Amino acid sequence: MDLKTGDDSSIKGNTRDKGEEDRGLINDVTSSEYKYGFVTDIDTDIIPKGINEDVVRLISQKKGEPEWLLEFRLKAFRHWLTLEMPQWAHLDIPTIDYQAISYYAAPRKKEGPKSLDDVDPELLDTFNKLGISLDEQKLLSGMAVDAVMDSVSVKTTHKEKLAELGVIFCSFSEAVKDYPDLVKRYLGSVVSYRDNFFAALNSAVFSDGSFVYIPKGVRCPMELSTYFRINASGTGQFERTLIVADDDAYVSYLEGCTAPMRDENQLHAAIVEIVVEDRAEVKYSTVQNWYAGDKDGNGGVYNFVTKRGLCRGDHSKLSWTQVETGSAITWKYPSCILAGEGSVGEFYSVAVTKNRQQADTGTKMIHTGRNTRSTIVSKGISAGYSQNSYRGLVKVAPNADGCRNYTQCDSLLLGPNCGAHTFPYIDVLNDTAVVEHEATTSKINEDQIFYCNQRGIPTEEAIGLIVNGYAKEVMNKLPMEFAVEAQKLLQITLEGSVG
Amino acid sequence: MGSINQYIELYNENHQAIARHSSAALNARREKALSLIDGKQLPHRGVEGFEKTSIEEMFAPDFGVNVNRMNIPVNVAASFKCDVPNMSTWMSYIVNDMFHVPANARNNMPSGVIVDSLNSPQSQNIVAQYYGTIANNADPAVALNTLLVQDGVLVYIPRGVKLEKPLQLVNIFSSPIDLMAMRRLLIVVEENAEAQLLICDHTQDSEHNYLSSQVIEVYMGKNARFDLYDIEESSKKTARYSRLFARQESGSNLLVNGMTLVCGNTRNSYDIDVVGDNCETMLAGMAIGSGNQHADNSSNVNHRAAHCRSSQLFKYVLDDQSTGAFEGSILVSPDAPYTEAYQSNRNMLASQQARMHTKPQLEIYNDEVKCSHGATTGQLDASALFYMRSRGISEKEARLMLMQAFMADVIETVRMEGLRDRLRHLVEKRFYGQQTLCADCGISCHDNK
Repeated sequence: MDLKTGDDSSIKGNTRDKGEEDRGLINDVTSSEYKYGFVTDIDTDIIPKGINEDVVRLISQKKGEPEWLLEFRLKAFRHWLTLEMPQWAHLDIPTIDYQAISYYAAPRKKEGPKSLDDVDPELLDTFNKLGISLDEQKLLSGMAVDAVMDSVSVKTTHKEKLAELGVIFCSFSEAVKDYPDLVKRYLGSVVSYRDNFFAALNSAVFSDGSFVYIPKGVRCPMELSTYFRINASGTGQFERTLIVADDDAYVSYLEGCTAPMRDENQLHAAIVEIVVEDRAEVKYSTVQNWYAGDKDGNGGVYNFVTKRGLCRGDHSKLSWTQVETGSAITWKYPSCILAGEGSVGEFYSVAVTKNRQQADTGTKMIHTGRNTRSTIVSKGISAGYSQNSYRGLVKVAPNADGCRNYTQCDSLLLGPNCGAHTFPYIDVLNDTAVVEHEATTSKINEDQIFYCNQRGIPTEEAIGLIVNGYAKEVMNKLPMEFAVEAQKLLQITLEGSVG
Repeated sequence: MGSINQYIELYNENHQAIARHSSAALNARREKALSLIDGKQLPHRGVEGFEKTSIEEMFAPDFGVNVNRMNIPVNVAASFKCDVPNMSTWMSYIVNDMFHVPANARNNMPSGVIVDSLNSPQSQNIVAQYYGTIANNADPAVALNTLLVQDGVLVYIPRGVKLEKPLQLVNIFSSPIDLMAMRRLLIVVEENAEAQLLICDHTQDSEHNYLSSQVIEVYMGKNARFDLYDIEESSKKTARYSRLFARQESGSNLLVNGMTLVCGNTRNSYDIDVVGDNCETMLAGMAIGSGNQHADNSSNVNHRAAHCRSSQLFKYVLDDQSTGAFEGSILVSPDAPYTEAYQSNRNMLASQQARMHTKPQLEIYNDEVKCSHGATTGQLDASALFYMRSRGISEKEARLMLMQAFMADVIETVRMEGLRDRLRHLVEKRFYGQQTLCADCGISCHDNK
């Protein structure tokens, strides 16, 4: 492709006829299944499908990136070419044609929004539908939001207030422009582009994401939140999140995601990198609700994500909480490298699969520092014809004295055709470590359902009740606003999955 | 390419000699096995499930195979005896890879019971019917065993026969040169039959490198009951790759207990295929590691029928630079409702350099199940140690006592009382690093520590 004509060959995403009518109709028919399945009719800048070095250069050029970042992308791309897609997961992944994906889609900007009035009203409408507090009245709700649509950041709220404290919370592209030194220092320091197939792909083509820097001693006064949305069809979403908590800092970060309902599969390959310095704490919560495909397994998002945090500082703490209800296929292992002395890693997860969904998810706790501790609580719920696997690694390095790990993974089976699997890897190379793992798999307790029935609670509700109780341990770790949403989501997801 | 080629070459050069010394049933399986390993590689560290034990490396030295059936030591029974006090057994031997049975060893054995070489005339009907039908040749090492094996043991318990005393099989390595032994066991326990088999695995000469490739096939008819105890006390230069494949028909009850007391580089695999309803399966194992020993157990209990129970218990105590690995899996297929399957793996690291790798797995495709697994890796309980110290027990003594206590529940699974006592004694001696001498035996099993 000719670089100069790259911009001209961009096509408009605004090609749907009868957009309004369709949307209404689709909404009516399917809202009970997936209420975020609408398509927003906004002008989108999409580059042609396919990937090669020119595409990588084009993305970099469109974003006006400096030379070093282009070099980083190209190195990643060349490395990606040497890799093959990993096959070890307990997943049945159809062949993905990486040349049939468009690697850049952005809501077309009109000179960049200066205030909310300048933001495309359709876009605001979208985020309103998603319940994201972008507009003024919701500023009062006190949550700073960075909204990413088709992997380009469209709006960040509460920026000024955060700036007073020295907290940087902005889109990745802004960070590259405004804080190149910070980005340069931390980009790829936790998840190298050589890490795995999807990390290499992301490093080559990532379009945007969020950047967070909490300076020394600052306790971020509000929850930072990013909403991810894939809108344009035929595109993949490749965003990157980089969070740095300097000494004694604290931040709680939320991530939510949705996508329209489409027959085709969409690829989401993101990277999240977190660096936690001395005595700092980062809490990362995800409510993942990508479109999961219809009940026969058509369409849905392939969610292949690399998330990792480095607890570099002594007594630092990183806590992952995730509620996974979406995606046709999930391949995701949020990890902690516990390098600092006395650092703490936590992983709390609820993963629900139904219909033909497949999930292979878990965590890695790598203890390299002394007296480090980690806790893993994973609750899997499978229904329909879905396959739900926990896969995790706990590793204690030879010099990491006094480490402690506790792992609990429970699986709940709803229905005779689903599968629940557990694949924990435990490597202990130090004799002072105490590592415990326990897992159970069973169906929902019939006595409990009977007890509810007897008191006039119908079976479906009873199951919702029991599952919520079962997941409570994890839900309790979510920030308030999110917990409510996650609980609702769990209820909706399970609707109709009980025979 | 891998080390498997040198053995294919060996087969191609010597296949006539190999065939000459084996029965037709053994020979009948060789061509198929050859076609299966062609172009394959033995499992190595890059292969899922073999992360810590490379079979490729075990087979890498170009071991000789006793193709021409030479070097038969005379009268092993006189010079070697794995005596279990208070327990009498029907004893037979495999020296390197050749079967021996002392003249009077089959006294009073019920008629119809066969404990004999796979090549003996009386074995042929049974061997032809079952041999090679239970083992899975997908593992190239198993196919290699099928390709090269020249002798082995058939244990056949006919319908309804209940043996009143255990069978004992003593495996001995004794050779003036480095040697690989292809060992093969075929165990057929027919409907309503009952038997117990104790296998003692020894190395007589700790100077040479030995490799044993052992494939055990167990067929259990309806309501059959079978106990297999496999005790390894070899040497640090002995490598062992043992695979057990069992098929359980309905109502059968299988106990397998593998104890690795002294070893070099050991990998034991247990594949249990539960195809009939209402079966019971107990898999137990222990490994005591010191020096540079490496013990790896892998289990795979495959539930394919309803109302079955399985339970697994594996324990490790690792000292010095020894390494342990455990990889257990429970698979419940959609055809196996009302399964109860449990697995437990407990490990103790007794030194700074000891390493443990564990991977308990559940794969469940049915919702009418109760399954669980647990795994822990840790060290001696400091408060228990303190309790004993405060009562005047020396630290060393207290540690040893606690380690023995740790292994006690694996020994408790043994269903033969005499053997249980003997095992307690063996484990105790093993922890103390002392030599053990069975009555009348020339080998001291623990001088290889």
